[in-house]
Amino acid sequence: MIEFKLNGRDAQGNQGETILDAARREGIDIPTLCHNEILGSDGRCRLCMVEVQKGNRRRTVASCLYQIEKGMEVFTETPDIHAIRRALLELFLARNPASDVVRHLAERYGVKESRYGKDNDKGKCVLCSQCVRTCETIVGVTALGLSGKGPAKKVATPFDEPSEACIGCGACAAICPTGHIYMEDKKGIRTIWKKQFDLAKCPVCGRYHAPVMQLEFISEKSGTPLDELLTCQDCR
Amino acid sequence: MITSQEQLQSVASEYKKKTAAFDAVIKICCGTGCVSSGALSVYEGLTAGLRGEGLADKVLVKKTGCHGLCERGPIVVFGQDEILYQSVGKRNIDADVASLIATVKEKKVAEQLLYKGEEKGKRYVSPYEIPFYSGQTRVVLSLNGALDPENIEEYIAEGGYGSLHKALHMSPTEIIDSIEKSGLRGRGGGGFLTGYKWRSCRQAQGNPKYVLANGDEGDPGAFMDRSLMEGNPHAILEGMAIGAFAIGSGQGYIYVRDEYPLAVHRLSLAIEKAREYGFLGKNIMGTGFDYDIDIFRGGGAFVCGESTALISSIEGKAGEPRSKYTHTVDKGLWDKPTNLNNVETWANVPHIIDKGWEWFQSTGSPRSKGTKVFSLVGKVKNTGLIEVPMGITLKEIIYDLGGGIQGDKKFKAVQTGGPSGGCIPEVYLDMPVDFDSLTKLGSMMGSGGMIVMDERSCMVDVARYFLNFLVQESCGKCTPCREGVRRMHEIVDRICRGDGCRGDVEHLEELGKAIQLSSLCGLGQSAPNPVLSTIRFFKEEYIAHIEEKRCPAGICKDLIKMQILPDLCTGCMRCAGECPVGCIEGEKKGVHVIDQSRCTKCGACYDACRFGAVKIE
Ligand SMILES: Cc1cc2nc3c(=O)[nH]c(=O)nc-3n(C[C@H](O)[C@H](O)[C@H](O)COP(=O)(O)O)c2cc1C
Ligand code: SF4
Ligand code: SF4
Ligand code: SF4
Ligand code: SF4
Ligand code: FES
Ligand code: FES
Repeated sequence: MIEFKLNGRDAQGNQGETILDAARREGIDIPTLCHNEILGSDGRCRLCMVEVQKGNRRRTVASCLYQIEKGMEVFTETPDIHAIRRALLELFLARNPASDVVRHLAERYGVKESRYGKDNDKGKCVLCSQCVRTCETIVGVTALGLSGKGPAKKVATPFDEPSEACIGCGACAAICPTGHIYMEDKKGIRTIWKKQFDLAKCPVCGRYHAPVMQLEFISEKSGTPLDELLTCQDCR
Repeated sequence: MITSQEQLQSVASEYKKKTAAFDAVIKICCGTGCVSSGALSVYEGLTAGLRGEGLADKVLVKKTGCHGLCERGPIVVFGQDEILYQSVGKRNIDADVASLIATVKEKKVAEQLLYKGEEKGKRYVSPYEIPFYSGQTRVVLSLNGALDPENIEEYIAEGGYGSLHKALHMSPTEIIDSIEKSGLRGRGGGGFLTGYKWRSCRQAQGNPKYVLANGDEGDPGAFMDRSLMEGNPHAILEGMAIGAFAIGSGQGYIYVRDEYPLAVHRLSLAIEKAREYGFLGKNIMGTGFDYDIDIFRGGGAFVCGESTALISSIEGKAGEPRSKYTHTVDKGLWDKPTNLNNVETWANVPHIIDKGWEWFQSTGSPRSKGTKVFSLVGKVKNTGLIEVPMGITLKEIIYDLGGGIQGDKKFKAVQTGGPSGGCIPEVYLDMPVDFDSLTKLGSMMGSGGMIVMDERSCMVDVARYFLNFLVQESCGKCTPCREGVRRMHEIVDRICRGDGCRGDVEHLEELGKAIQLSSLCGLGQSAPNPVLSTIRFFKEEYIAHIEEKRCPAGICKDLIKMQILPDLCTGCMRCAGECPVGCIEGEKKGVHVIDQSRCTKCGACYDACRFGAVKIE
């Protein structure tokens, strides 16, 4: 057990645990947009900044990546932290005016308006990269990436073309915290990332349940015969 | 393979004997600057001319790296710096080559090619007399301009690789102690203690370990590292090999941006030769130590100079920085312990091993030791590459070495530290230049860019210029840098266009601070500096733009108007001749008038008029 101080109180955590995980366990509220309990984080949104003091040295760090250390003091509600959160949320409001998630978060931290001109080309995407990480580490196909740099950065399939690797599983859309990713199932066809997938029709109940390509992928990975997978889970 | 000090010395003395047989030595600068102003034609003209005179084997003509005075290139230097010629072949190549030959044959100094001083008629013969050079202390650059960088024997003749031999017979801890005691701090920007970094990497768990050199040099306009890689590549290799031995590494990379083909060429050649002589590769100098270096050509994004982005880029991933909560000395390249230093840092190492840490420690200011290479550009008379002891004042650099402000205009500010550095005003000209004092002024050392600005610079416009660069170069990984810097740019741009509002300055300060505190890497953490430092020292200019819709320096086009004062206009027609859009009308000897509807406010008429008749309002 590692003992440290959290907003002036004694706290404990495990070796290797991040400040964010430890603090949330202690019931402390720290906003995040790019962190995910399973995927972890790579420190993009910066909403989770906190102040850390070790000896005389005090600095702001991303709590989703910084691991707790014995004897450190963590502060999550200082004037600097409030200023950072407000500035970031104001920036997000201007970037993603259509995003409820962003608006709710901003309201919660007292940001009502953004002084900047609104973007209309970024949709609801906050560039948290959770879709990219899900596709790569959970699905295991790496159909998505972050392309471009600076303000032009975006998530996309390579060259914005329908991706060869994508199996239409929809995991990226499911994980996206803002609902930015467009996915539609209609008349036996799933459309996602500009690509269309035939949905498998369950031979028993006749329901469209999953893209054939995804089932082929699972079949190959798991060794389960495709025929078996074509029947939906309820009828199996 | 060379295995002993004696063998090194014998290569050196053989080579010296060979060169002593020549009647004369001529060094032609073939750095990128001089090559682009025609140095290679001078080289070819001279060698052909010497052949014609039957002097080809009597005169040794060397192609060297940068001498520092690039703007006056091509530079040609005779012997041990007895004579320096500038702008050789710029106007009349045949005549200039003939002068070079006459200098060799008849010891006749060609007046017209000498460096001209400030005082009327004053010409300098030897570079040692020129204040630009005499004010410098050249350690890292000592052999730049003296050596043919493509000839390893020249480096050995100057004592090269002697430090490597010496270090290989010291213990790694002894080496690290020396570097630590010398006080050497990284020249790549942050000023991190080099010895401390080496020790941490040596002690880090994990194998293999990597020792890398950062030759990315993303700062626009800076050319310190390029000059070093082109002019004395072996010094970098020798430093790296010493560091690798001390740290316990077997493999290294030099990261060079793709836009530096000459540096890549010279480094590749140097690596090949160093392997041949047994200074790199297996069993270095017969001691059983193995270390090799490869070159990695970087794509040239500014952020790729940042250590973690550089490492990602070598690993073949996107050049995005990573959080530095685990240090790269513990987990760097391929998650192995990795020590990265700037190329100038590496080039200091052989000197410290050779002359001792006490020697190194004796130059510089209390907490910044040694010398630093700067590229001095902007509105100074002598622009170029300089090396000065840390702790020298800004005034000495700008007025003694730089020769003061062009056209004897008034000094306004000096920008140090590259695009994310800051602007320092006149009251601080007596400040010593070192890591800590520049940081205290809200600027930084950076890699050593120094841009001098005169009264005709608008500080709000300067901030806008750097912000624009940073918006382009932000990698876009984290929110504050990606979204925040572009919003700062929007606000500053608005102010320059006359649409500033009350509260903008406070807004910039508040947003700038949040970006500094929350960005993931050094780019975002320092990106607000150009704005915050200009607000700090030139707030009245922001206020003038915002509240009076006025640009005091007369630069921001939306806020100024060009006008010709009838009382002062002599009708000389100079302004009309210079105006790129032809919007100035008037007879010879008559008063001239500007057609305001077509004027682009470029300022050419203002600069052209000798009677002060053009007024910027
Ligand atoms: C945005 C950014 C760009 C950088 N560019 C360079 C560069 O071009 N060359 C360099 O040596 N260091 C650069 N650095 C600093 C490096 O990250 C690193 O600190 C340095 O190479 C370490 O070497 P040193 O200790 O010898 O200075 C940059 C840092 C940042 C944040
Ligand atoms: S739908 Fe395509 S892009 Fe999305 S997670 Fe599945 S494979 Fe990846
Ligand atoms: S699309 Fe969604 S998950 Fe992907 S980066 Fe944008 S906000 Fe995050
Ligand atoms: S600070 Fe800027 S350059 Fe650095 S990681 Fe963030 S977005 Fe990229
Ligand atoms: S500012 Fe430029 S465009 Fe305008 S009158 Fe002068 S020279 Fe012509
Ligand atoms: S949650 Fe930590 S940076 Fe996004
Ligand atoms: S390139 Fe010749 S002096 Fe710099």
